[in-house]
Amino acid sequence: MPLNRSKKKTPMPTQNPEVRRRNFSEVALGYSEEEAVSEAKRCLQCKKPGCVEGCPVQVQIPQFIKRIAERDFEGAIKIIKETNSLPAICGRVCPQEAQCEKNCVLGKVGEPVAIGRLERFAADWERTRGSHPPVIPKKLGKKVAIIGSGPAGLTCAGDLAKLGYDVTIFEALHKPGGVLVYGIPEFRLPKIIVEQEVKFIQQLGVEIKTNMVMGKVLTIDDLFEMGYEAVFISTGAGLPKFMGIPGENYLGVYSANEFLTRINLMKAYSFPNTDTPIKVGKKVAVIGGGNVAMDAARSALRMGADEVHIVYRRSEEEMPARKEEFENAKEESIIFDFLTNPVRIIGNENGWVKGIECIRMELGEPDASGRRRPVPITGSEFIMDVDTVIIAIGTGPNPLLTKTTEGLELTKHGYIAVDEEGRTSREGVWAGGDIVTGSATVILAMGAGKKAARSIHEYLQNKKWQQ
Amino acid sequence: MFKILEKRELAPSIKLFVIEAPLVAKKAKPGQFVILRIKEGGERIPLTIADYDAQNGTVTIVFQEVGKTTRELGTLEAGDYIEDFVGPLGVPVEFPNHKKVLGIGGGLGIAPLYPKLKMLHQQGVEVVSIIGARTAEMLILEEEIKTVSNRMYVCTDDGSKGRHGFVTVVLKELLEQGEKFDEIIIIGPPILMKIGSEITKPYGIPTMVSLNPIMVDGTGMCGGCRVTVDGEIKFACVDGPAFDGHKVDFDELIKRLATYKEEEKISLEIFNKAHGCKLINKIEGADKDAVK
Ligand SMILES: Cc1cc2nc3c(=O)[nH]c(=O)nc-3n(C[C@H](O)[C@H](O)[C@H](O)COP(=O)(O)OP(=O)(O)OC[C@H]3O[C@@H](n4cnc5c(N)ncnc54)[C@H](O)[C@@H]3O)c2cc1C
Ligand SMILES: Cc1cc2nc3c(=O)[nH]c(=O)nc-3n(C[C@H](O)[C@H](O)[C@H](O)COP(=O)(O)OP(=O)(O)OC[C@H]3O[C@@H](n4cnc5c(N)ncnc54)[C@H](O)[C@@H]3O)c2cc1C
Ligand code: SF4
Ligand code: SF4
Ligand code: FES
Repeated sequence: MPLNRSKKKTPMPTQNPEVRRRNFSEVALGYSEEEAVSEAKRCLQCKKPGCVEGCPVQVQIPQFIKRIAERDFEGAIKIIKETNSLPAICGRVCPQEAQCEKNCVLGKVGEPVAIGRLERFAADWERTRGSHPPVIPKKLGKKVAIIGSGPAGLTCAGDLAKLGYDVTIFEALHKPGGVLVYGIPEFRLPKIIVEQEVKFIQQLGVEIKTNMVMGKVLTIDDLFEMGYEAVFISTGAGLPKFMGIPGENYLGVYSANEFLTRINLMKAYSFPNTDTPIKVGKKVAVIGGGNVAMDAARSALRMGADEVHIVYRRSEEEMPARKEEFENAKEESIIFDFLTNPVRIIGNENGWVKGIECIRMELGEPDASGRRRPVPITGSEFIMDVDTVIIAIGTGPNPLLTKTTEGLELTKHGYIAVDEEGRTSREGVWAGGDIVTGSATVILAMGAGKKAARSIHEYLQNKKWQQ
Repeated sequence: MFKILEKRELAPSIKLFVIEAPLVAKKAKPGQFVILRIKEGGERIPLTIADYDAQNGTVTIVFQEVGKTTRELGTLEAGDYIEDFVGPLGVPVEFPNHKKVLGIGGGLGIAPLYPKLKMLHQQGVEVVSIIGARTAEMLILEEEIKTVSNRMYVCTDDGSKGRHGFVTVVLKELLEQGEKFDEIIIIGPPILMKIGSEITKPYGIPTMVSLNPIMVDGTGMCGGCRVTVDGEIKFACVDGPAFDGHKVDFDELIKRLATYKEEEKISLEIFNKAHGCKLINKIEGADKDAVK
């Protein structure tokens, strides 16, 4: 098969930035079969593929790409699904440049193979054809409870159901999916995809109970009393952080979680056809530099803001957001104010935001994370006129469940302490995803769910709990 | 889906529902609340658990029709279903060593006051209560409060029943006469809780209020319900809703409650158009009542 020797990735067709900045439809449109085959032919089929090492769940990358190059799309998706049960999601949201694509040999002389885009292509190819209903395994008659329905919980549930366990997911919100439904916006991850994945897991026999705030309505002890023999905690890291600067409670100041939840989960973009309102002004400042900040800024634009700034205290290089989204955001004319840090939010007499006072920063010595620490430049304060502020500086662990569970060891920051198999300090209780690692990625959360499923299976077969 | 077992009209535009929700009923305690969503596309709104029955698996809510969602809720009948009903949320209140407590409920605040006084009464605590409303026909749960109180005062703003004037007038009198309480609970519109807390402060009597900021998830995830207590940010849904009235920044709460004023009006107008306008006048009255 002739190789495609292009140094560049086959471009991803996208909606025109001028149009898409005002709608919530998906930005990236996906490869056509021709584009996918052509991109697949760039892969050198390395004997020792670096790409696979970079993928947290070790998707067999050269193998699936080979199938695409041969137009065996069904074969491709089969290979992907051996290790990754949510490829339509990962293909869209994985930070590929820091994972699989980071280690691709082609990256040394040009652009790496567009692994994520190919993964997405294969998953979408299958999706639009309607995947086969799963084979329901023989039941083992053992019950497992999963708390939280984000990627960690869904993955763990799916794997255990395939092994024959009776799995129940308990979810606090009225809709399953975790950050995938309340956080990541429609234009980046259409909700229909998450719904299909959830449906697939239900077809496997997993029961999802929504409206269950665990720790309040039921405790982990209640679950054991109800006959569940193992519990997996995957409640995420959903507690929003504020900056602790004056003025954070002015009207028009949102946490990114609230802002995105109103839009994504509560569909405030359809107000007044839906009932949950949101207020987005003309000039918006989003504080932070991660995926969450990017999503909030681009959502604000789509809600009708004239001008949206991302205010980040470090520089472009330190920004943790996915590269592709940063590029997309720039194309959509989001303004980036790097090396800028808010010190105070200013309000008017009715309590509404009217501006933020910021200070310019410069990069000093590297800090514990290895990134150069931003230090304020004295006297560089200035005022930015804005009428909406969205704070996206990170989240922490929600103590609601851990507070009501005795004997559960936590780290000093309130995350759940686990061993390498995901076991907590309590017999029969596992944890994984953001509630263990702190805010991380979808694929890492899935990996944790998989690992826990394996360990739970082992435990339930011989009921031995040794650490 | 959660079934409405019983519906009662307590006063014009104030309704009581008994909802079948066995898991919530089993864990509910005084001071806690639920969040409900009537149907797909609806808003999530918090309502206090006004009573609960673990045996029968029921939870009672009392609500005032002030806007689109509460009005729509009011159109439902016994036998109908509510899509989502989440709880029990918030921190339960406790009064471990109290001997004598004063409970004050203004307007709809009487409903959240009731489960607390009921618990105190069952613990053998001496309960004095002051309840009040705009006018006689808006006064709710008078009988219920009476049965859990050793002494009860009733006030109306227009004098159509009981004392003429606000509940705070009676509060002042009792304190001036030197009556002592281990704690005073004040629940009602924020302005009542603010003024009430100002009155009790010089007497150094612990004063509990129950805050009602705008909420979304009710689990500590959005931070929309944040209030300032003792100079610190607290999330009312997980740290409250009960707080020390002497430390709450009520002015900030009152401002924040007005965030979506314009949108609420649009929502209600559309709803009214679709459902006939006969109730509008009443609603406007109720609205005034709620902000007073
Ligand atoms: C806006 C945003 C954008 C992101 N973008 C990306 C991206 O592009 N790429 C990427 O890889 N990662 C991204 N992330 C990070 C990624 O989404 C998370 O790392 C991942 O979702 C964590 O999965 P999880 O299963 O651990 O938890 P979550 O997805 O947080 O799910 C936890 C679930 O548990 C539920 N829950 C919490 N407490 C309770 C309780 N007491 N009882 C019952 N249920 C409970 C929650 O309601 C939630 O549904 C983003 C995150 C956000 C917020
Ligand atoms: C912990 C708590 C307990 C409550 N208990 C009761 C109760 O027992 N009975 C009762 O009648 N009311 C109670 N409320 C208030 C009730 O939630 C609001 O009246 C209701 O949300 C109004 O919705 P709406 O669409 O009908 O009116 P809208 O027109 O949307 O709003 C009317 C007013 O209600 C407030 N409000 C609006 N949306 C919300 C929201 N999502 N969350 C909270 N407040 C909001 C605002 O102040 C607004 O100005 C409680 C609120 C809280 C926070
Ligand atoms: S799962 Fe993520 S990291 Fe792994 S190959 Fe797919 S896109 Fe790359
Ligand atoms: S490293 Fe790159 S070129 Fe080599 S197998 Fe992986 S994707 Fe193909
Ligand atoms: S309602 Fe969202 S944090 Fe309290």
